Amino acid sequence: MRLVKSYRDKNNNGFVTLYPEEPEDMWHAYNLIRADDKVTGAAVRNVQISTDTGSVISKRVHTTVKISVESIDFDPKVGELHVKGRVCEENNHIPLGSYHTLDLELFRNFTVEKEEWDDVSSGVVIEACASRKTSEVGAIVLQEGLANICLVTEHMTILKQKVEVSIPRKRAGGVSHYQSGIQKFYQLLYDTMLRQFEFEKLKVILLASPGFVADGFRQFVSKEAVRTGNKTILQAREKFVTVHCSSGHIHSLNEVLKSPEVTSKLADTRYAKETKVMEKFFEMITTDEYRAWYGLKEVTKAVEKGAVGTLLVSNSLFRSDDPKERKRYVGMVEEVKKCGAEVMILSSIHESGQRLDSLGGLAAMLTYPLYDLDDDEEEEQAEANGGEPQQ
Amino acid sequence: MKWYKERMWTDCWAGLDNKKKKGKDIVEAVKDLSVVDNAADIERTAKTNKNVDVIKEFAAGNAKKESNFVVVGHVDAGKSTLMGRLLYDLKVVDERTIQKFKSESEKIGKASFQYAWVLDQTEEERARGVTMDIAQNSFETDKAKFTILDAPGHRDFIPNMIAGSSQADFAVLVIDSSTGAFEAGFHLQGQTKEHTLLVRSIGIQRIIVAVNKLDSVSWAEERFEEIRQQMTVFLTSAGFHAKNISFVPCSGLTGENVVTPLKPSKAPWYKGSSLITELENSSPLARAIDKPLRLTVADVFRGGIQNPVSISGRIDSGTLQVGDVLLALPSGEKTAVKAIEINNDPRPWAVAGHNCTIHLAGIDMLHLKQGDVLSSVSNPIPVVKEFTAKVLAFQTITPMAVDIHRGRLHVPGKITHLVRTLDKATGEEVKKKPRFIGPGTAAQVKVSLEQGVPLERGGRVVFRFGGVTVGSGVVE
Repeated sequence: MRLVKSYRDKNNNGFVTLYPEEPEDMWHAYNLIRADDKVTGAAVRNVQISTDTGSVISKRVHTTVKISVESIDFDPKVGELHVKGRVCEENNHIPLGSYHTLDLELFRNFTVEKEEWDDVSSGVVIEACASRKTSEVGAIVLQEGLANICLVTEHMTILKQKVEVSIPRKRAGGVSHYQSGIQKFYQLLYDTMLRQFEFEKLKVILLASPGFVADGFRQFVSKEAVRTGNKTILQAREKFVTVHCSSGHIHSLNEVLKSPEVTSKLADTRYAKETKVMEKFFEMITTDEYRAWYGLKEVTKAVEKGAVGTLLVSNSLFRSDDPKERKRYVGMVEEVKKCGAEVMILSSIHESGQRLDSLGGLAAMLTYPLYDLDDDEEEEQAEANGGEPQQ
Repeated sequence: MKWYKERMWTDCWAGLDNKKKKGKDIVEAVKDLSVVDNAADIERTAKTNKNVDVIKEFAAGNAKKESNFVVVGHVDAGKSTLMGRLLYDLKVVDERTIQKFKSESEKIGKASFQYAWVLDQTEEERARGVTMDIAQNSFETDKAKFTILDAPGHRDFIPNMIAGSSQADFAVLVIDSSTGAFEAGFHLQGQTKEHTLLVRSIGIQRIIVAVNKLDSVSWAEERFEEIRQQMTVFLTSAGFHAKNISFVPCSGLTGENVVTPLKPSKAPWYKGSSLITELENSSPLARAIDKPLRLTVADVFRGGIQNPVSISGRIDSGTLQVGDVLLALPSGEKTAVKAIEINNDPRPWAVAGHNCTIHLAGIDMLHLKQGDVLSSVSNPIPVVKEFTAKVLAFQTITPMAVDIHRGRLHVPGKITHLVRTLDKATGEEVKKKPRFIGPGTAAQVKVSLEQGVPLERGGRVVFRFGGVTVGSGVVE
C-alpha cells in the first residue's frame, strides 16, 4: 500500500488517501474502514436518464462517489472488499442519500475519512504502508485422504482449497485398493496445488503431516514433475520443506509455524512471532496460571492494576460494529502502551489469531501474578448476556 | 453403460427414419439412460428381507462366543510380531508364507520382522518397519472366535489406534520388557500410558498386559514383578478394576507362552496361563442388542464387481439383517443391505459387537465416508453441529481448537465454553466458568463443530491437540 495523501487536524479528524498494490492491502483496508467512516472511491453505476420526450434510457457511468459506510464485506479467498453505504456528497449522477456499494480495487486510489483517528487505526495505516519484502509461504497440511492448501502471507492465512479423497483402508488379503487410493490422492493434490500456487512468488512451500504422508507427497511431486517435465516445479524443488504436525486439519498450522524448520527460515516474519507469543501464553497458563489471563473482564481489571506485561489483542475486536465497544478496546490498548508495556495486535485471519479469538480475542501476560481476577459479583449479569463476546 | 448408449443410438437412428416416431423414441431413450435407479435398487434388495427375529435367533444360537480385541502399546513393543506369531502357531498362517516373509525381510535388512509382516501389509509399513494402520485378522480356537485389531504404536497414528480400540471388546497391552525399553514406553511421552488412558476412556474395561520380549532378560522374575507392580498402580489409577487386569509373560519372536505354555524349566516362578488361555477367558462386553441400530463406518471400499459399494465396521448397537433399509448419516441417503460378512463368512444377520463387512445396494460411494454412521431409518442418530460433553482433562484445556475423534470419525472442532468443573466422585459442580481445566480435572464443556456430525447422548469422544490427547469425554 502507498500513502498518497493524508491530513489530520488538531481534533484528530482527517483523511488518508491510499493506493493498494497487493491483495493483502485489501485486508488492511478491511481493518481500517469502520461503520460511519466516509470512503471515496471510483464507482461504476447504471444511471437512468429521462429525456425530454419522456423516454428513459439507462447508461453506465464511471464516477467517483463518497459514501458514509454502513457495512463492509471481505472475501479473503479472492481478496475483494465491498463497502456499502449511503452517498453523502453531491454527485452529478447519483442522488444524495441513495445506496451504493463500492468495490475497492487494486491500483485505484481510495480515501478514508474518519471523525477521529485513534492509535489503532493509524497503526493499521503505518503497518500497511511499511515497505518490506513480501514473504509469502505456501503451506499444505495433510493426512491420508485430506489436505488443506493454504497461503500464508504476512498478515493473512488463506485457505485456498481443501482436498478430500476417501482412501480405502488396508484389509486382510489385499492392499492394492489402499495403494491406488493413496496415488489418486497424491495426484489430485498435485494438480490442485499447481492451480493454486504461484511458485515463483513463494519463499517456501511447507508440506506438513503426521507420519510419512508429507514425505510421500514430496517424492510424488519430484517424480511427477520430472515425468511431465514441469519446469516451474523443478525449479522450485528446493523450496519444498517437509515438517511434522499432528493432523491434516487447518489448525495444525500452529504447530507447523512454530517448528524449528520454519522458524529458522522465517524467523523475522510477523506470523512466526504471533505463533510464538500465543504458544508462550498457553505455556504460561499451565505453568504460571495467575500471570496468564484472558477474557474482557479479567484483562480489564489487570489493565487497571497496571500489571500487564504483554497485551494480546485480536484485530477482530477493532472491527466491531459497535463504536462504543471498539473505543473500549482502543482505550485499553492506548492505556497499556502508556504504561510502557507491549501490545501485540494479532491478525485474526492467521491460525494464531484464531486461537486468540477462541479465548474471546483478548489475553494478557502479566508482570506479576494476580489471584482473584475472575471471582466477582458480576457473574450472573455476564451470564444473562450470553457469556463471551466472541462468536 | 455401454449397451445402453448403443441402444440409445440405434433407437435414435431408427427414429430418424420414421420422423413421426422420432420425438417419442428419444424421450424413451433418455428415460432408459437413468441406469442407476437407487430407489428401485433399494426396493429390490429390501424384498430379500426374511424378517428374522434376530434377537431371538441370537439368544437361541449356541454359537461360540465371538469377541474383538485391540492390541496396543508403545512403538516397537512387538505388537504385530506377537499377533503374527499367534496366528502362525494357530495355523492361520502357513509355514511357507512365514518362510517367504523371512527371506524377504532379511533382504531389506529387517530380519525378525517375518511375523509382523503377516499384519503389516503395505509397502510402506514393511519398508519402515512400523505399523501405520489397524490390521484386522481373525482366528478361532476350540472355545471361541476372535477378531484381532492390531493397532499402530507410533504416536502419529493414534487416530487409527482410537479407531481400532472403538471396535474392540477388550485390549491386550504389549510391553517391551527389555532393559530400558519399558521405561521409555512408560515415560510421560511414551505410548504405553497414552494408549492405556485412551483404551479406558473409550470404554474398555478388561485389559491383558503381555510382558513381551522377556527372553531378552532371560525370563527374570524380578523384571516381570517390577513391571507388574508399576503397571498395576498405573492401571488402577487409570480406572481399571484389579480383577480385570492380568499379566502374561511371553515372547512373540520365540512364541513362548503365546499359544504353547511356558516350559517350567524356563521360568519356574510363573504359575499362570498362556496368552491364548487368557484371551479365551475374557468375555466380550455386554451388547446393546435391543437398542436402535448404529454402525460406525470404519472403511468404504469396492467389494468387487458384484458389490460396488461395501463398508466395514463394528455394530455399536442394535441388529442387522440382509434386506434391511438403513440411513447413512450425515449424508441422509437411504441404502439397503445386500449381504453381510463376518471374517469372510456370509451371514444372514449380525448383532451389536460384530465387526462385519456389509455390501450395500442403492447408494453411491460419494455419500459414505469413514466415520459416518449407518442407523435405523425409524430411529436415526441426530446430526449435530454443537454439543455439550462431560470431559476428563489429560492436559490443560482452555477454549481452543481441537481434533475430535469418535471411532474412525476425526473432525476439527472447537471447545467454545468451559461451563463448569465437576467433582470427579460425586459429579457436583465445583466452579462455574473456570478459566481453564487442569490435568486430571473433570468438567463440562461446550463444543462446536465445523460440519454436522452424527453424535448422540452417551457417545464417547476423544479430544486431541498438537499430537497429544487433551481429554476424553461423554456426549450429554
